[in-house]
Amino acid sequence: MVHFTAEEKAAITSIWEKVDVEKAGGETLGRLLIVYPWTQRFFDKFGNLSSAQAIMGNPRIRAHGKKVLTSLGFAVKNMDNLKEVFAHLSELHCDKLHVDPENFKLLGNTLVIVLSSYFGKEFTAEVQAAWQKLVAGVANALAHKYH
Amino acid sequence: MSLSQTDRALVLALWKKMSTNVGIYTTEALERTFMAFPATKTYFPHFDLSPGSRQVKAHGQKVADALTLAAHHLDDLPGSLSALSDLHAHKLRVDPANFQFFSHCLLVTLARHYPGDFSPKMHASLDKFLGLVTLALVSKYR
Repeated sequence: MVHFTAEEKAAITSIWEKVDVEKAGGETLGRLLIVYPWTQRFFDKFGNLSSAQAIMGNPRIRAHGKKVLTSLGFAVKNMDNLKEVFAHLSELHCDKLHVDPENFKLLGNTLVIVLSSYFGKEFTAEVQAAWQKLVAGVANALAHKYH
Repeated sequence: MSLSQTDRALVLALWKKMSTNVGIYTTEALERTFMAFPATKTYFPHFDLSPGSRQVKAHGQKVADALTLAAHHLDDLPGSLSALSDLHAHKLRVDPANFQFFSHCLLVTLARHYPGDFSPKMHASLDKFLGLVTLALVSKYR
């Protein structure tokens, strides 16, 4: 089980409380689909993904990004039991969505890059390290129920 | 995977903007790599890895010079990085996964220093460029 120190928790929440979940969610998911175009395989029914501009402007992608980051908000509030928090979502991603867990790592790293671009000076190496731990923990939790 | 004309233009534009400061960003990326992915420190037992380390700064500059060389030889990455590839294959033997940790931290660094330039397309082109550099570096591993 991942253990977060008080400092790591503070580093994570100090950033999270300033995040606009819809904006960051849309940006993160959009960038995932642009930088790693093969991830578009899960979004065939989401409308126009024909260009970077189309993807970043696509309201359904934005809405889904918001959904994903809202979920991450639960992780931030429950850092000490990520596996429990994500048990149901893990089953969903395996059994219904058929998403390769590798994608959770890609999304997590894309989120870290987006946060870095938003928070600049505040996103120190220590803050980044805490966030890397969180996204790795979430990725593991989401993959935990795979069979 | 190869770099399109757009990819090349974007990478070169950022490199021009960074000018002689590439070493500052690669050094920061190294510091971030050591902090976020502590296992990477196992390759530097002989280094002082504390903040502001002169050894890390010097190493950052070496990496910067190699990336700048790569950025100006996008038509022949394997050729231009051949000597470095031999070094990493036979002497340093750095596990390939670690180049991805460093590449990620370099993107994090560039995103925070150049947020206005770091569009999704720039992000994608840089990621591709670093991926190709990594491929060239590990090409002689076995």
